[in-house]
Amino acid sequence: MFFTHFGKYLLLLRSVFKRPEKWRIYWKEIIHEMNEIGVGSLGLIAIISVFVGAVMTMQIAFQLVSDLIPSSIIGQINRDSSILELSPTITALVLAGKVGSSISSQIGSMRVTEQIDALEIMGINAPGYLILPKILAGITMIPVLVIVSIFLALVGGLLGGALSGAVTASDYISGITDGFQGYTVAVALVKAFVFGFIITSISAFKGFYVRGGALEVGQASTRGVVVSCISILAADYVVTAMML
Amino acid sequence: MIEVQNIHKSFGENQVLKGIDASFEPGKISLIIGGSGSGKSTLLKCMVGLHAPEQGKILYDGQDFTRLDFEGRIPIRKEIGMLFQNSALFDSMTVEQNIIFPLQMFTEMSKSEKLDRANFCLERVNLAGRNNLYPAELSGGMKKRVGIARAISMSPKYLFVDEPNSGLDPETAILIDELIAELTEEYKCTTVVVTHDMNSVMGIGDYILYLYQGKKWWEGSNKDIAHSDVKELNDFVFASPFMKAAKERF
Repeated sequence: MFFTHFGKYLLLLRSVFKRPEKWRIYWKEIIHEMNEIGVGSLGLIAIISVFVGAVMTMQIAFQLVSDLIPSSIIGQINRDSSILELSPTITALVLAGKVGSSISSQIGSMRVTEQIDALEIMGINAPGYLILPKILAGITMIPVLVIVSIFLALVGGLLGGALSGAVTASDYISGITDGFQGYTVAVALVKAFVFGFIITSISAFKGFYVRGGALEVGQASTRGVVVSCISILAADYVVTAMML
Repeated sequence: MIEVQNIHKSFGENQVLKGIDASFEPGKISLIIGGSGSGKSTLLKCMVGLHAPEQGKILYDGQDFTRLDFEGRIPIRKEIGMLFQNSALFDSMTVEQNIIFPLQMFTEMSKSEKLDRANFCLERVNLAGRNNLYPAELSGGMKKRVGIARAISMSPKYLFVDEPNSGLDPETAILIDELIAELTEEYKCTTVVVTHDMNSVMGIGDYILYLYQGKKWWEGSNKDIAHSDVKELNDFVFASPFMKAAKERF
């Protein structure tokens, strides 16, 4: 069963990456999808990141009760946790729900209302036209959102630490700047790229092969989110194991 | 001309088409009729390449469509126009964008040429000035007409129509039939219509293919149908008391 679905997924991807009929039209779609995925998710990601950063700072401070440990270490731990794990993974899981379900239901609705059949009869490569712009938008905009998320998580940590009195602003800033390794950002971007591909391609796959009506579209959308989330966590482990 | 030769199609254990042979001539309206589950929509979907038959050939002017890959089918598909049962308009696009879409994909027309063509197609289906409406804002009959406008935007050589009159009032259904007949005459295209509507059968059926249990059971014109003694065909076409009375008058 798994191999049947995986094989079907690979065959769909092969069709997705065929040469587009007209790049100009695809380009318009890519810009549209970048706006939908990137700008459309910015507010949600910003809110989540600030709160996660603030809560992380307070929890780290709560656990590090020792006069031997400088409080600037709170900033360091928050920085590395946000860059390496929290921002990429939480952003991806949230986007799997928001963007992934939207992609599955959009493509699924097109399938059950014969719009995909109409594209195919016109001679248009439907997987390419419908899915390629979403994948390209996902792999470009999700890394951007992850960068924004990292920045806002650090700002949230600063605010959370200062407001709760867990760490002073100067100690926190010294913590997040000391011993910074640019490589950790590279790891975060690789993860974001992989997660972007997973979210868009799996959700599109689930929507593209829907059979039935509105109920099945909803079920496909749910399955798309579940499979994307599990795949994100598995990919997170693999990328971390390979790069760290 | 489209020729269908010995087409077989199954879904799992269910054998839907059992060796269909038929020829559809240019400039004529060919109707595929039959009861629910007789295989008429499956045959249409095999003809346009949405289903792959297990056996048999579909020839477009002698070229075997079933043996072509996706790329090889594109030149034929550019000559196909299709109206779907539920119109299948792209709901995120306006009426005008729906009609212009195939032109954008496959022609090098300028913006004004594409707009002129869209306006011409809309006028042709009596929907001039409705360019900026979305499909959700249209009635069922208007959606069908926009579907026809989109189907003719590329001046098709082959026109396929799936249940054009389903869900329409009798007056609108007759208008759609008349439009299909006019366009077939105008473009000299090979028109294949799947229908349940007996008004269409009697009104525009130059050639009628009756399917029964996945087989070709009868073929002929709308003039022959009243004189046919094929029981299954008579039971299907003249099922209502009104049609029975009409047949007796023949």
